[in-house]
Amino acid sequence: MADSLPLVYVVPVMVGLAVVSLSVAGLSSALEARDRGLSVGSGLTLPLRETARLMRQRPRRTVSADRLLWRSASSAVIPLAVLIVAFVPLGAHALVDHPLGLVWINALDVVAWAVMWLLGWGVNSVTGLVGGYRFLALALGYELPLMFALTAPAIAAGSLNLAEISATQDGLWFVVWTPVAFVAYCWGVLGFSVRPPMDPGAGSDVNGGILAELAAVDRLLVLAGRYALLVAGSAAAVPLFLGGGAGPLLPGWGWVLIKTILVSGLLVLAGRRLPTLRPDKLLELGWVVVLPLVVAQDLVVSVIAVATN
Amino acid sequence: MNLSLVDVGFWLCAVVSVVAGALVFYVDSMARATYALAVSFVAVGVALLLMGQAYMGVIVILMMVMEMAVMAVYMVMFMGMNPALMPMSMVHSHRSSIAAGVGTFLLLGAGAVLVPWPTRRGAPTGDVTSALGEAIMESHMIVMIAMGPVMVATIVAGVVLSSHRTRYDRLGDDLDRRPADDPQPGGVGR
Amino acid sequence: MTLETVLLVASALIAVGVYGALSQQVVVMVMMGLELMINGVILAAGGLWWFLAPDPSGQVLLLVVIAAMTVEMAMGFAVATLLHRQAGHDMTDMAAELHG
Repeated sequence: MADSLPLVYVVPVMVGLAVVSLSVAGLSSALEARDRGLSVGSGLTLPLRETARLMRQRPRRTVSADRLLWRSASSAVIPLAVLIVAFVPLGAHALVDHPLGLVWINALDVVAWAVMWLLGWGVNSVTGLVGGYRFLALALGYELPLMFALTAPAIAAGSLNLAEISATQDGLWFVVWTPVAFVAYCWGVLGFSVRPPMDPGAGSDVNGGILAELAAVDRLLVLAGRYALLVAGSAAAVPLFLGGGAGPLLPGWGWVLIKTILVSGLLVLAGRRLPTLRPDKLLELGWVVVLPLVVAQDLVVSVIAVATN
Repeated sequence: MNLSLVDVGFWLCAVVSVVAGALVFYVDSMARATYALAVSFVAVGVALLLMGQAYMGVIVILMMVMEMAVMAVYMVMFMGMNPALMPMSMVHSHRSSIAAGVGTFLLLGAGAVLVPWPTRRGAPTGDVTSALGEAIMESHMIVMIAMGPVMVATIVAGVVLSSHRTRYDRLGDDLDRRPADDPQPGGVGR
Repeated sequence: MTLETVLLVASALIAVGVYGALSQQVVVMVMMGLELMINGVILAAGGLWWFLAPDPSGQVLLLVVIAAMTVEMAMGFAVATLLHRQAGHDMTDMAAELHG
């Protein structure tokens, strides 16, 4: 913990997370607007206008909702993203430079299981509950590949500390020789941020699923939180696979920022291209195809790590 | 009496874990009961962090949040009632259970207070996590080797107990039906 | 935070777990009681490790306890599913006999 950044850096990190999340949301809705034949500019500003609209909206009450669980779930999404970012080294140091940063990130993305299911449960509506169950079924599919994908950089670097992992990628980024783990990790990021194509839990065929009954500030928190989780997951990919703050001219934090924007932008683009799979289809795909591939990747990494030591 | 930050944190975790644990059997909602248990586990995980076992603490938090998310599904599946319509009080031999609980606490608590605990032997190594990793891959490897078959046996036994279909139901009597006849076909088309 | 206090808190967790495991009728709630007892065991093991002998062997023991808990969960869910499927009941009182 001795190498953690001073506490004042919380402010710029949170502002950065908010700005990048807002930009990614703008990118997403601009692409959406272009597809519908609307002006790209109106799509770009949509997140801001939507924010203003939701702030003024009246909160919605449903019959015998579990308000405690529902409210705690909707307000937990953004803090989850902030906590993940706190473990990501910006250059040489992170806000929380913990020797087990990698395991912490894994533990935090698992908390999304609880949060998303509670979102669906607490509201006491059919579509919400269906969405919550769909998310859990989907999570079973992506979480195991994600966990094994996270072990690849840890084995390669021989450390669970994110700053050490990113420092080990001197010259050769892990993404070059652990591509399968990188793809599986990105798949998991789309999963725990409930973004397309991993969003049947919030799909339009169940009327928005876990988002169905959310309104006003609760809805704002969850919609923004999904983008923040996407950005936080992308930010964690930077020290894990993309060399951390390594790059010419700019300081470390600048490169982390640029790479984070690139990864989250790519994930939004990829999400629009790929088909959404039902959880039952995806579970088998995840366990029968992706998981063995990722384990094979880990084996390759282990052999290389042992051979080069 | 000097109270350090670690002490404050520990007592917070202690109160949260016990209160949340008691709430599991008090609240009227399946989801609240399950996630109260999750909170109890998270508090114990943080207590482990405070006692210098970072890896164990994070693993307990990670595993238990995941496990309780699954547990909630089983609760809803098997409680067999609607907690919104009736209170969730399904207990038997209530008084003797309370007596057993109190008795357990008195017995274990007396042991905790009265046993003359030895003084600490040795000090923790600098990096507890890598020491643990070396232990399970070197001196205590046999433990993990034994754990592997136990886990595999658990998976096999779990599937055998809970699944009502065999491969003959899936693939036909001669095991030659392709694709398999599944009530819920998977995505790979086996 | 002393060894005694940690063990007292662990005893409280185990005691609540004992109460739950004995008093609950639904199998899944009984499992919650068992989980709570294991929660107490984890805390006690962690405390004993930290205050008495902080060497890696104790951590391995803790790993074994956690692994035991996953086995308990998996088998508990499997048996609950089996009971439900075979006889349509989920209460311990009705499950005096395991054969359907």
